[in-house]
Amino acid sequence: MIDLSFTLNGAPVSQRVEDRTSLADLVREGHGLTGTHVGCEHGACGACTVLVDGEPARSCIVLAAMCEGRAVTTAEGLVDDPVMAELRRQFHDKHALQCGFCTPAMMISARDIIARHGAAAPATIRKELAGQICRCTGYAPIVAAIAAAGAALNPSSDAAAAAPHVAATAAGASDAS
Amino acid sequence: MRPAPFAFARPDGLADALSRLGADDDAMPIAGGQSLLVLLGLRLAGAETLVDVTRIPELCGAREADGAVVFGAATTHAMIEDGKVPDPSRGLMRRVAGRIAYRAVRNRGTIGGSLALSDPAADWCPVLIALGATYDIVSAGGARQVAAEDFADGAYSTVLEPGELIRSITVPVLQEGTRWGHAKHARKTGAFAESIAVVVKRPDGVRAALGATGSHAVLLPSVAEAVASGGDVAAAARADIAMADPDADAYRARCHLATILNAAREVCA
Repeated sequence: MIDLSFTLNGAPVSQRVEDRTSLADLVREGHGLTGTHVGCEHGACGACTVLVDGEPARSCIVLAAMCEGRAVTTAEGLVDDPVMAELRRQFHDKHALQCGFCTPAMMISARDIIARHGAAAPATIRKELAGQICRCTGYAPIVAAIAAAGAALNPSSDAAAAAPHVAATAAGASDAS
Repeated sequence: MRPAPFAFARPDGLADALSRLGADDDAMPIAGGQSLLVLLGLRLAGAETLVDVTRIPELCGAREADGAVVFGAATTHAMIEDGKVPDPSRGLMRRVAGRIAYRAVRNRGTIGGSLALSDPAADWCPVLIALGATYDIVSAGGARQVAAEDFADGAYSTVLEPGELIRSITVPVLQEGTRWGHAKHARKTGAFAESIAVVVKRPDGVRAALGATGSHAVLLPSVAEAVASGGDVAAAARADIAMADPDADAYRARCHLATILNAAREVCA
């Protein structure tokens, strides 16, 4: 067992955990935060994605003990987040979920995509979502929902919707000198 | 799926980490854990003790020094992708970092951890070989420098001895007039690569490297010579592939040929 002090959805937590306990098991079984879904348990499906210090991480391949001093945020901790509110609205409107198993982590990843890319183009969203597996929707409505949320949250960035992807391609293809 | 029990150690600095790693044959360093925790969970790897190296100051961040950038081994892929550390490579390392696995993995996975695991499909190995990087390896007994091309000696196998740890990676700054090409083939975004080729053309010479072979990443001497002299890159690539990945089936060999030609084309564009 090892001592662990961290912040969980804004609240300080100090406890002892078994050294091998994953962050996913800690939040689900230790704290009842079942919005974090455990699918593959080896970092392939993305369903357990949470935020560690604001950055997406796969909680099934993060040890709870690694989170000493960190701020962990699960889907439950983002209820009042304005980007998540827009994503919820768009996921509902575009029918971007069926069974819902992938949805909390899909939305956490979508929030990060919007944070880094703004009103991202569908091609960028598809590339960025490659690590989040959905077995129901075929992804099209999820991509549409994220694109709509990104556009709604970045109203003056029609050009930005296409530019990040085009700019990245152009930079990548340019010479190195 | 749970790993077998282990002790998680939070060392008090580099000396403490090295002493723990040196004293216990069943102790392993862990950084982001994005591969190791999977291997432990699947019980393909085992450790009595995991020594967390992510909070050791010498392993964190990157600094410019003497015409090179020195990356702490615990620098994450995302830090490189986002340009939060200096880039010696005129954009090559940022592109490579941004194509490793998925963002959630890049936020935690580290350059040193990737090198130490030496997965045959790892992205950094061929890139750092082509860039002429050197690795600073430390143990309780001292330090040594190893050239990138001399570091791995097989799939999941390196020259690291028990008790040794990669402290930093030194990448020379590419001079004015240097060009690079990089091509990676994978079935889908973020999947393990089926071939990775990198060509760096400096004013004073060319280095080319191939990754995602059946073993470890290697230099491609014939391709480098062909790019430097304007020769037949395809013929050179076929010769080098036969040497670099002798067990490649027809599909894999064609993947290698395609990535080498694309990387060479980008250099010469």
